[in-house]
Amino acid sequence: MFRFIVRRLLMAIPVIFLVVLATFVLVHGMPGGPFDAVGMRAMPEHIRIVLERRYGLDKPLYQQFFQYLWNLIQGDFGPMFRQPSQTVNDIIAQTFPVSIQLGTLSVIVAFTLGIPIGIIAALNHNTPVDYTATFLAVVSRSIPSLVLGPVLIYIFAVELDWFPIAFWGADPPFFLGVFPEFTKEFWMHAILPVFSLGTGMAAGIARLTRAGLLEVLSSDYIRTARAKGLRERVVITVHALKNSLIPVVTTLGPMLAAIMTGAFITETIFAINGMGRRFVNSIGQREYFLQTSLVLIYGILLISGNLIVDILYAWFDPRIRYD
Amino acid sequence: MTADKQLEKINDESGSQYGKGRSPMQDAFREFRRNVIGVAGAIFIILVVIAAFIAPVLTPYGFAQQNILENRKKPMDTYVITTDYAEENCHWYGTPMEWGCTVYLAGSDALGRDLYSRLVYGARVSLAVAISASSVSLLIGLIYGTIAGYAGGRTDNLMMRIVDFLYAIPQLPIIIMMTVYFKALARRGVNTGFMGSLISLNKSTGGLLFVFIAIGALNWIGMARQARGQVLSYKEKEFVEAARAIGAKSGHIITKHLIPNVIGPLLIIESMAIPGYIFLEAALSFIGLGVDPPTPSWGSMINEGYAGIRSNPHLVLFPGAALTILTLAFNFMGDGLRDAFDARLRGR
Repeated sequence: MFRFIVRRLLMAIPVIFLVVLATFVLVHGMPGGPFDAVGMRAMPEHIRIVLERRYGLDKPLYQQFFQYLWNLIQGDFGPMFRQPSQTVNDIIAQTFPVSIQLGTLSVIVAFTLGIPIGIIAALNHNTPVDYTATFLAVVSRSIPSLVLGPVLIYIFAVELDWFPIAFWGADPPFFLGVFPEFTKEFWMHAILPVFSLGTGMAAGIARLTRAGLLEVLSSDYIRTARAKGLRERVVITVHALKNSLIPVVTTLGPMLAAIMTGAFITETIFAINGMGRRFVNSIGQREYFLQTSLVLIYGILLISGNLIVDILYAWFDPRIRYD
Repeated sequence: MTADKQLEKINDESGSQYGKGRSPMQDAFREFRRNVIGVAGAIFIILVVIAAFIAPVLTPYGFAQQNILENRKKPMDTYVITTDYAEENCHWYGTPMEWGCTVYLAGSDALGRDLYSRLVYGARVSLAVAISASSVSLLIGLIYGTIAGYAGGRTDNLMMRIVDFLYAIPQLPIIIMMTVYFKALARRGVNTGFMGSLISLNKSTGGLLFVFIAIGALNWIGMARQARGQVLSYKEKEFVEAARAIGAKSGHIITKHLIPNVIGPLLIIESMAIPGYIFLEAALSFIGLGVDPPTPSWGSMINEGYAGIRSNPHLVLFPGAALTILTLAFNFMGDGLRDAFDARLRGR
């Protein structure tokens, strides 16, 4: 297993390198530069040239790229062009923990909702309970977070006035860099975005849990367990549950990617100062370093997420051997 | 009942050897027809397709027709218009539906555009993405996966490594950067060479072409994996070996024996991926990278409306509902098709 992890991490290096290269070229290839305008006016030519030299933008592209890589290795993500008081490191230090909090809470919600609902549906197979759960799962799978966010805001924040409309309930600095203070304010702010992001994933998990459990329950070893007189609860929790979650684990990778993707939208809708919103807001600007660095971080997140999923997979299904 | 009729009935029910046999395809369609929800989804989608085609007939105003004096009207509000204005701009003027010219069925947006008309036209974008993205990803994925699976060995290994690589990159950020890149070039107005013709084509599709390219460019990889897996399982089957034994060429085996078997499951998988494409287009349009205004897309309509959700919730809720219902229909149809075609997955 250790060798597998090391090999995967080594394989990740060229992937990350190519992703950074592609983004770097794409970003720099766009027409226009970061210093083309001040407000609505064109930047005077001589000032633009000085500024570009200041940030090394006048050098050949490959030199800039290797300079950027060299800085990256030293932990420097680069400067911000239009907010010189901050560096990309500052921006990431502010936004990364918020995105991680939102994502983690959504995944937790997805599991705590999805797995029990799936189990209940499977145990009541072909009853009204099952049909209701399945129907609800299809419906919540069909509501994109793009729609669910505004709808939740409209119902619970505008009409009922239970929760705040927008923003995140905790600001940096965080404990150990990521843990917020779990105050009432934090939870009140977190509920709507977390649910709008996690519901779709919960629906997917519920569906897969149900299907997996149904399949496992009809297998021979469950019949054996029942035949030797075990209580139904023991049969389900000890014998059936872990194996029935294998299909869930196999699709975790795409689901995590979907959570990351959804965060772009959810953070924008709820005006949460996370990486996704930062990225979306930087679209019209030419913040070369910010954009490349954010794509790099998303790449690292995705790769480590997939690695964790593969490790989990081996734990859930001991027949899987990576070495 | 005569014996003949009885026999016919038996044939109908079991597809027995006496009558004409039924192919697995026909079996599956029978199965699908029994699935009420799936059929309802399919019918709904067909209706939406028809509505999108005849949108000018179904709507009182054009999607870009502004009436700035009557902006942000609530649904079913009536408004004051001059006969001249109605005569000039309202497609329903002089028909039995004339009352629709003076009533905002679904309200109006910040620029005084009829929201109902924009909703109907917006279906065009979602459907176009659903069709084009799925066919592009199916086509590329099928060809790529079939070649990899059939060739095997080192070719297969290399091709799948490329897929693994594409699988590991963060798709949405890359898609966003690609779209930004295309849009920036388009704004620059490059009008020479290949890029120039792409840009003019993009303009004529209301900015959709770049969305197609961005979505299609990365979504074929899942399909390629599936196609390869299917081909791998089929190419060792006896009928392929038999074909090879009588001297069939590779091209013949691929097109006549492998692809017909592979394409069914892939179509099912593709139909289940369509909601994802619709979401993706809506998300891109939401952050301002989808269709170019004034072409309406449900995602961009949500973007225009959500800042004012407190005072004008209908500007968000209507396009949101449209998006959800269409996705729901695609999900119902996809689930039904999968249940019908793939006996192994039935009941999941």
